[in-house]
Amino acid sequence: MGKIKIHAKPPKIDMTPMVDLFFLLLIFFILTATFRPQEAVMVDTPSSISNTTTPEKHIITLMVSKDNMIFFNVDNGIDSSEHLRGKILQAVGKQYQLKFTPAEIKKFEIMNSFALPIDKLKGWINEKDIKLRDAMHTGIPVDSTDNQLLMWIRFARQYYPDFEVAIKGDRDADYKKVKRVIDILQDNNVNKFNLTTNLESVEISMENL
Amino acid sequence: MAEIIANEGGGKQKGKKRSKRHSTHIDMTPMVDLACLLLTFFMLTTAFSKAKVMEIVLPERTPKDQKQDAPEVDKDRALNIILVAGDKVLWYNGLADPRKPPLPTLNETDFSDEGIRKVVLHRNKDLFIQIEQMNKDLVEGKIKLPRDSVESRRLKMKTRDTKGPVILIKAADDVKYHNIVDIIDEMAICNVARYALVDINDLEKKMVAEYMAGKASGAASLK
Repeated sequence: MGKIKIHAKPPKIDMTPMVDLFFLLLIFFILTATFRPQEAVMVDTPSSISNTTTPEKHIITLMVSKDNMIFFNVDNGIDSSEHLRGKILQAVGKQYQLKFTPAEIKKFEIMNSFALPIDKLKGWINEKDIKLRDAMHTGIPVDSTDNQLLMWIRFARQYYPDFEVAIKGDRDADYKKVKRVIDILQDNNVNKFNLTTNLESVEISMENL
Repeated sequence: MAEIIANEGGGKQKGKKRSKRHSTHIDMTPMVDLACLLLTFFMLTTAFSKAKVMEIVLPERTPKDQKQDAPEVDKDRALNIILVAGDKVLWYNGLADPRKPPLPTLNETDFSDEGIRKVVLHRNKDLFIQIEQMNKDLVEGKIKLPRDSVESRRLKMKTRDTKGPVILIKAADDVKYHNIVDIIDEMAICNVARYALVDINDLEKKMVAEYMAGKASGAASLK
C-alpha cells in the first residue's frame, strides 16, 4: 500500500484546450449550417462559369425535372417565421374555392416543392408516407386554359413583391417547357431570373487566338 | 489521450481508510473523436451547400396593343446561331432576307471547345483580348481598381464596343435545356457584348429543314 511505484510514464499532453476549441467550432458550424430539405426530384443542373450565389431567402424556385414536370417552391427556409407559404396557399386555395384547415397550412409551411394541381394538394399534404407522397407529383398545370403556375406566382408576389425567381432546370429537360415557364414569369412582369447551374471553369489561352 | 484527472494528492494521510484510492479517470477519447467527426461533417456541408446561379435579364414585354418594330441589326455584325436537336449548332453570318437572295449558307458545328466557341471568339476577338488584358493587368497589379468597380469597367468596355458581333440565338423546338444554358454560358466565356435570345422564324425553320435534308441525301449518295 505505502509503496510508491515509479512508472516510466509517457509524457502527457493536455488535450483540454483542443477539445474546448473543437466544441466551440462544432457549435459554430451547427448553428450556421442551413439544411436544405431533401428535394422531391433529383435535378441535374447544367454547368456554367457563373460564380454568383443563390439568394438566401425570399426566393421562388421553379424546378423543371427530367420528365418535364414543373415543381413550385417558395422558400421555406429562413423566412418561415413570416408564414408566407401559408398565406400564399390560402390565397391560391381561395381562388379555386378550396379551403385548407389551419393544421394543413401549418404542415404545408414546412414542406418542400410540389408539382400537383391544386385540387390534389390536400391529399399530398395529408399523406404520411414520404415515398407515396413523392410519387404523387404530376406537374403543375401550365396550359392556357388552366394555368395554375401563373396563379402561384401571382399570389406569391402579392404577398412579397420582391421575390427572386430561380429556375432550376434539369440538363435534359425540354427547352420548350422551360421557355413556357419563362413566358409565364414574363406574364407576371418578372423579367429577371436566376438559372441555377453548377460551377465549371473554362480556360482560354490568348495564344490560340 | 484527453482525460480528466481528479482526486489527486491523496497519499499524505497514511493509515486512514479512503473510499477512493485511485484517481478517477474519465476517458474522453470517444467524445473527442465524435466531436472531431461532427466538426468535419459540418465544415464540409456548409462549404458546399450554396448553389450557383446564372443571372439573365430579359427585355420587358411590349403590351399587345402596342406595335413595336424589332430593332435593326447591322448586317455585317449579325451572327445567327440556331440550336438544333442532338447538341448540334448551326450558324450563319449576316441576315436571312427572302427579298435579297441568295440566302446565307448554314455551317454546322457543336458545343466543344473547338466548335461554336471558336466561331464566336473569332468574331469577338478584339473585345475578348481587351477584357482579358484588363483581367490580367488586375491580377498582376499593373492597374488598380476597387473590386466593386471591376464589373462596371467591364460593362463599359462592352457597351463601347462597336465592332463585335451581334449574336442572335435561336432554338429549334426540340432542343434540350442545357443547350440554351451552354450557349448563354459561351457568350459569357467569350465576353460577347451583344446577344439576344430570339424566336426562330419560319424562313430559318425552312433553311434548317433544307440543310438537314441536304445532309441526309448527301449521306445517302455516299453510300
